Amino acid sequence: MSHPLVILVAQRLALGILLLLAVSVVIFIGVELLPGDVAQAILGQSATPEALANLREELGLNESAWTRYFKWLGGALTGDLGTALTNGQSISESLGKRFGNTLFLAASAAVIAVPISVLLGLIAVRYRNTWVDKLISAITLTSISLPEFFIGYLLVYFFAVQLGWFTSVSTVYDGMAFGERIGAIMLPAITLTLVVLAHMMRMTRAAILNVMQSAYIETAELKGLPMFTIIRKHAFPNSIAPVINVIMLNLAYLVVGVVVVEVIFVYPGMGQYLVDHVIKRDLPVVQACGLVFAGVYIGLNMLADISAIIANPRLRHPK
Amino acid sequence: MTKELEYLSRRVATGKMSRRDFMGRAAALGVAAPMATSMLTTAAKAAGPQKGGVIKAGIQGGESTNSLDPATYASSVPFVNGRTFGDTLVNIKANGDLEHVLAEEVGSSDDAKIWTFKIRQGVEFHNGKSLTADDVVKTLERHSGEDTKSGALGIMRGIESMRADGNNVEVTLKEANADLPYLMADYHLIIQPDGGMDNPAAGIGTGPYTVKVDEPGVRHVFERNPNDWHSDRGHADQVEVVVINDATARTSALQGGQVHMIDRVEPKIVDLIKRLPGVTIQNVSGRGHYVFIMHCNTAPFDNNDLRLALKYAIDREEMVDKILRGYGGLGNDIPINAAYPLFSDDIPQRAFDPDKAAFHFKKSGHDGSVLLRTADGAFPGAVDAAQLFQASAKKAGINLEVKREPNDGYWSEVWNKQPFCASYWGGRPVQDQMFSTAYLTGADWNDTRFFNDTFDGLVKSARTELDPAKRKAIYRDAALILHNEGGLICPMFNDFIDASTDKVDGYEVDPAGQLMNGFALSKCWLKA
Repeated sequence: MSHPLVILVAQRLALGILLLLAVSVVIFIGVELLPGDVAQAILGQSATPEALANLREELGLNESAWTRYFKWLGGALTGDLGTALTNGQSISESLGKRFGNTLFLAASAAVIAVPISVLLGLIAVRYRNTWVDKLISAITLTSISLPEFFIGYLLVYFFAVQLGWFTSVSTVYDGMAFGERIGAIMLPAITLTLVVLAHMMRMTRAAILNVMQSAYIETAELKGLPMFTIIRKHAFPNSIAPVINVIMLNLAYLVVGVVVVEVIFVYPGMGQYLVDHVIKRDLPVVQACGLVFAGVYIGLNMLADISAIIANPRLRHPK
Repeated sequence: MTKELEYLSRRVATGKMSRRDFMGRAAALGVAAPMATSMLTTAAKAAGPQKGGVIKAGIQGGESTNSLDPATYASSVPFVNGRTFGDTLVNIKANGDLEHVLAEEVGSSDDAKIWTFKIRQGVEFHNGKSLTADDVVKTLERHSGEDTKSGALGIMRGIESMRADGNNVEVTLKEANADLPYLMADYHLIIQPDGGMDNPAAGIGTGPYTVKVDEPGVRHVFERNPNDWHSDRGHADQVEVVVINDATARTSALQGGQVHMIDRVEPKIVDLIKRLPGVTIQNVSGRGHYVFIMHCNTAPFDNNDLRLALKYAIDREEMVDKILRGYGGLGNDIPINAAYPLFSDDIPQRAFDPDKAAFHFKKSGHDGSVLLRTADGAFPGAVDAAQLFQASAKKAGINLEVKREPNDGYWSEVWNKQPFCASYWGGRPVQDQMFSTAYLTGADWNDTRFFNDTFDGLVKSARTELDPAKRKAIYRDAALILHNEGGLICPMFNDFIDASTDKVDGYEVDPAGQLMNGFALSKCWLKA
C-alpha cells in the first residue's frame, strides 16, 4: 500500500475534492454578487411590483445566503440539484441531457482532433524545418487564429448552404439514430477540431523535439535506426507527459468553452443552457452548471497529472 | 419573369390582387392572355390548403428557461408555442376585427361594465375533457389572483368579479371599458382545463396541435389535434418550432431548407435575403416602437423645454433609414400609429429642427451635457441609434453623452430606473391599453413618469364612450398632450420582418405580431 504511486494518486484525488469544495463556495458567492435578482429577471420588462413580491416569496429568495448554500451543497452531494426556478423542470434531468450532448460533441471532436494532431506533430518532427513542417504549422496556426464563429460561418456557408453536404442546424434529440446524430454534429465537430488542432500539434512537436536533444536519441541514431522508428519508440514515449497535459486541457476546453459554437450551430449543449439561466438569474441552475464545469475541469487536469505520474518510469519503479 | 408571374398569380389566388390587375401585369411582362389565364387556374387550384407534412419554423427568442405555462410567456418562442396548442376566447384579425374563437358571442351591458361571453360548446381539450364556462372562469382567475405572476395581470386588474352562468361567462368590471373583448385576445389568456390550476405547464389546450416534444431552448414539436373543433387550420400533420437565436444561423437554416419560415430577419440583410431563390420576405408595419424615454419628474427632464429640445434634436428620418433600413415608419413622440384603430393621422409630424432644439435648450436653462444610457439589448441597433442621436443633437448645440450599459441586467437596473435611456415597446392591440399600460398616472410601467390629470381624464372618458367618432377625437386630444409634454421620444415604429420559403403557402402577415401574430404554424400549409 505504501507504493509511492498510490500515495501520489490519493493525494491528487484529495486535493481535487478539496479544490471542488472551494470552487463551490466561490461559485455561490460569485452568483450572489450578480446585479438584479431572479424574480426581476424572470418577469422582465413586464413585471409588476405585486408579481415581483409574490415570485420572490415563492422562490425562497428571502432566506439568508448561508442557509441557501448549505441546502444546495447537501442536495448536490446526493445528486439532487433541485428544480429550475424559471420553468420548474428538474435540474438533474435537463442538465444531464445537456451534459450528455456536450460530452458527445466534445468526444466526437476529440476523436477527430487528437489522432490528427499527434500524427501531424510526429510528421512535423520527422520533417523538421522542411516545407512539410512549415506547411503544417502554417495551416494549423491559421485555423487557430481565426475566431471560431468565423470558421463556423465559413463551414456553414460552404458545406451547408452551397454544397448541402451537412446540415447547419445541429439540433440533436432523443430517439435520433446514431448515424443521423453524427451527421448533425459534423460541422460543429470540425469547427472545434480546427480550433484545438494547432495547440495540440505544436505541443506534441515541441515536446518531442525537446527529447530529441537527449544522448540516447543520438545513440539510437548512431546504431542506425530509421528516423520514424526513433521518434515512435524512443522519443514519443518519453515526451508523453506534456502531450497528455495539453490534450487534457483541450478536452476540458471542448467541454466548458464551446458556447459560441453551440449558438452558431444551434446545438443543445451545456454552454447555451448556462447562458440562458445566467440571464434569467436562475441561481440553482447556474450553480449546478458551474459545479459540473468545475468538476470536469478539475477531473481532467487530475487525470492529466495522474497519467503523467504513471508515465514516469522513475515513479513507477521506485528503488 | 416566371417567378414574378407565379408570385402575382398566388396573390390573386389569395385575394390580394384582382384578376384584372393580374392580366395587365402579365401583358406588361409579355405573356399572352391564354397562358396567363391558365397560370391563374393552376394557382387557384394550388391555393387551397393542402393537408399533411411537417412544417418547421426557426424562431429567435427561446431559452432553456421557457415553460409552457401561458402566464410566464415573455418571448417569441413561448408565444408561438401558446398559439399552436392553445386558444384564447377571441382573436384580433389582421384587419383589426374581432374573431370569435372559444367565445361564440360577446355582448355587453349598455354602460360597458358587464360583459358576457358565450362559450362554444362541443370543444374538447387535448386530454379529452370538454370545455366548460367553469374552465374559462378558472383560467381568468389564475391570471388575476393576488398571488399570480402572470404577464396578463395588468389587463386583469380592471376586473371586479366573474362568474360562470350555464354556458356563459359574465365579467363585471370596476370601471367601464369598451375595449374589454380586445384585451381578452392577449396571448397569455389561453384557456386551460380547470384554468391550469393543478398543472399550469402541462401544455393542454384546445388548439389545432397537441404538444409532443417540449425541450425548452431547443425545439418544440406538435402533432395535429384529431379532435380540433375548427376545420380551417392545423393543415400539416406535424409542426415544429426550432429555437435558433443566432440571426445568421436562422438565415442559413432557411436557405438550406431545414426550416420553412423564420422570424426577425435583420433589416441590414433583408435585401440580400430577398434575392435568394424561393424565399419571400414577409414584412408588415406593426405597433412595436423603439424609444428614448425621459422621466418627466427627474431633473433635468422635469423641464418641458429640455424635453422639447431633445425631441427636436433627433432626426427620425435618418433613424428609419439607417437603423431600420427603411423597414419601418416614422415615430411622432406618441406610442400610437396607423396600425391602431381610431388613430388620427392629422397630428402634425415633428421633424428634426436644430434651431428649435437650440431655442428650447437655451430656454430650459440647462447647462452642460445630457446623459443617455443605451445597450445592444434595448432594441436592435440601439447603440447606433444613440450615436446618431448624439450627432444630430450636436448640430443643435446639445451635448449628448452616450453611456453604453451591459445587456445583462438592463431591464432591471437601467430601464424604468435611470432618467433617460433607450427602450422598446411591443405595442398593444388598442390605444387604451397602450396608454393605461405606460402613460396613465397609476400605470404599472409608467417608464416616462408622466403624470398629467388632463391626459388621465381624457383616456378614462374614452373608455365609456361607445361612439367611435367621439372616441377618436378624445384619443387625438390625449395624443397631442403626450406629443407636446410627454417624456417619450419615439423616433420609429419597426416592421415585423419574417421570411418564408416557397414550400409553404397560406402566409398572411398580421400587424399585431411576427409569424402571422404567432398563428403561422397553425394556419399555413405545405404545397403539394
